[in-house]
Amino acid sequence: MKSLLDSVARCRWALPVLVAAGFAYALACESFPILNDYSEVVLVTVGINIILCASLNLVNGYMGEFSVGHAGFMALGAYASAIMTTKWLPASFFELPLGVLFGGGVAALVGFPLALLSFKTRGDYLAIITLAFLMIVKSAIENISYVGGPRGMTPPVLTTLPWTFFWVVVTLWVIRNLVYSKFGRAITAIREDEIAANAMGVRVREAKILAFVTSSFFGGVAGALYAQVNFFIDPKSFDIVKSTEILVMVYLGGIASLGGSIIGAVIFTVLLQVLQPLGTWRMVILPLILVLLMLFRPRGIMGMRELPWFLPARELFKRPKP
Amino acid sequence: MSAILEIDHLTKRFGGLCAISNCDVKVEAGDTHGIIGPNGAGKTTLFNLITGIYKPTEGDIRFRGESISGFRPGRIALKGVGRTFQNIRLLKSQTVLENVRIAFDSQLHYSPLEAMLRLSRFGRAEKNSVAACLELLEPFGLADQAHDLAGDLPYGSQRKLEIARALALKPDLLLLDEPAAGMNTGETADLTEFLRWVRDHFQLTLVLIEHHMHLVMNLCDRITVLDFGQTIAEGTPEEIRANPRVIEAYLGGTEEE
Repeated sequence: MKSLLDSVARCRWALPVLVAAGFAYALACESFPILNDYSEVVLVTVGINIILCASLNLVNGYMGEFSVGHAGFMALGAYASAIMTTKWLPASFFELPLGVLFGGGVAALVGFPLALLSFKTRGDYLAIITLAFLMIVKSAIENISYVGGPRGMTPPVLTTLPWTFFWVVVTLWVIRNLVYSKFGRAITAIREDEIAANAMGVRVREAKILAFVTSSFFGGVAGALYAQVNFFIDPKSFDIVKSTEILVMVYLGGIASLGGSIIGAVIFTVLLQVLQPLGTWRMVILPLILVLLMLFRPRGIMGMRELPWFLPARELFKRPKP
Repeated sequence: MSAILEIDHLTKRFGGLCAISNCDVKVEAGDTHGIIGPNGAGKTTLFNLITGIYKPTEGDIRFRGESISGFRPGRIALKGVGRTFQNIRLLKSQTVLENVRIAFDSQLHYSPLEAMLRLSRFGRAEKNSVAACLELLEPFGLADQAHDLAGDLPYGSQRKLEIARALALKPDLLLLDEPAAGMNTGETADLTEFLRWVRDHFQLTLVLIEHHMHLVMNLCDRITVLDFGQTIAEGTPEEIRANPRVIEAYLGGTEEE
């Protein structure tokens, strides 16, 4: 069994086939009544969480910072795209893709100054700054009547399973390409030893900007998809609890691993649904599972390891176990 | 010959402590320059000033005639100043190859967008980089361990890897901070020969801080002696050996090994 899994994992064509099959399945779900609405929303949520997880992993995992502001980027993406779809754009096929791109763009734009702050501060202090950023975003939205203030907005439901799947694939592909490039190596070097990275000629500032901007862009993308699936968004949906949820998924799946981000997002989202019948007990059982997992796997399920599928062919050396 | 590195009236104060005071060093291109001095003389501080980790309080540092004082460390490295550290600073949970690749990345030219979308220039550059880094590791005897974690290497190999990594930057000036620290006499002799080969093969200017007098006297063309952050002597190994101030401050009359 283990060797079978291993040979599947080393199969280079398995990933493209899986992606194609997944996309075909998503399209089929759109056209035929294969899944009920509930299951479809759960699948879309899984997808959105994968995007959130992978993008936060870039900053928290690969770069080793601790950002708790990811829900803030999500909020920016959600509101920017909601403005686009409810107020600016006529209903058309391009409404969602344009809204998502706009949402990601706005989030990326705001991610830039946050990157500048990370030049001067690291670790706990940067965590506080990202927390402050999250609070600023939330209270700013609450006070803008154009977007409904605390009452929120009701964007149209546009996010479909195929679109979600498409954006999951784009996110993972882009982040994976970035991670296995000189920029990704620079980002990892900063995590390990910033002084050594400097001595190795790493452009530390460029790498930090790139990590933050890319991470916030996809955070915004996830927010945009989220806004168009829920009928309703309000500032309260994007608070510290939301950020914590994303953090839990990242550390559950494992830092510096895209495979881990997928696993973390799937397990967390599905568990949350499966444990629904337990009512209030859910919030006892779920944290307990997390505590146990962290006891037995302190680095998360896939911490610092990667699915061979995600490694570019030229990086497929025999890797030592960390 | 022209000076590749000129340090003029350099002073560095940490609060009330004066780590470097009014220090002058001039390194000729192609030379091997030793910096010696008792513990706490300010040798490593001098390296940290040259590489931009510290900013000078006063004075000027010129590399190939251009003032680099106040530049950020990454920028100085990219100008062609490589260095190793006294307490080895490898990325220990990365492989040997990755350590070298990160430094070699300074030679790769592609934009973030080309990387994210895997355009052709990116693929070509990456492929060449792996080959070039493995080739670089060869003379260091590290090619076979290229995929081992750097932290798992024996101490001597870690020192060598740090030198290999610095060379991947294609520097003109290489600063070595106690390359022979923790090595016995035999290993130090090997290292001396190895550094000589590195210098000639890569056509480098070497500046090294070292306590092993044998290595310094054998390898260096010129030597600067620091004490309490000041240059107390500069000259050829013979001149330094005969200098009464050096003997008093540093050698203290004791016989060297």
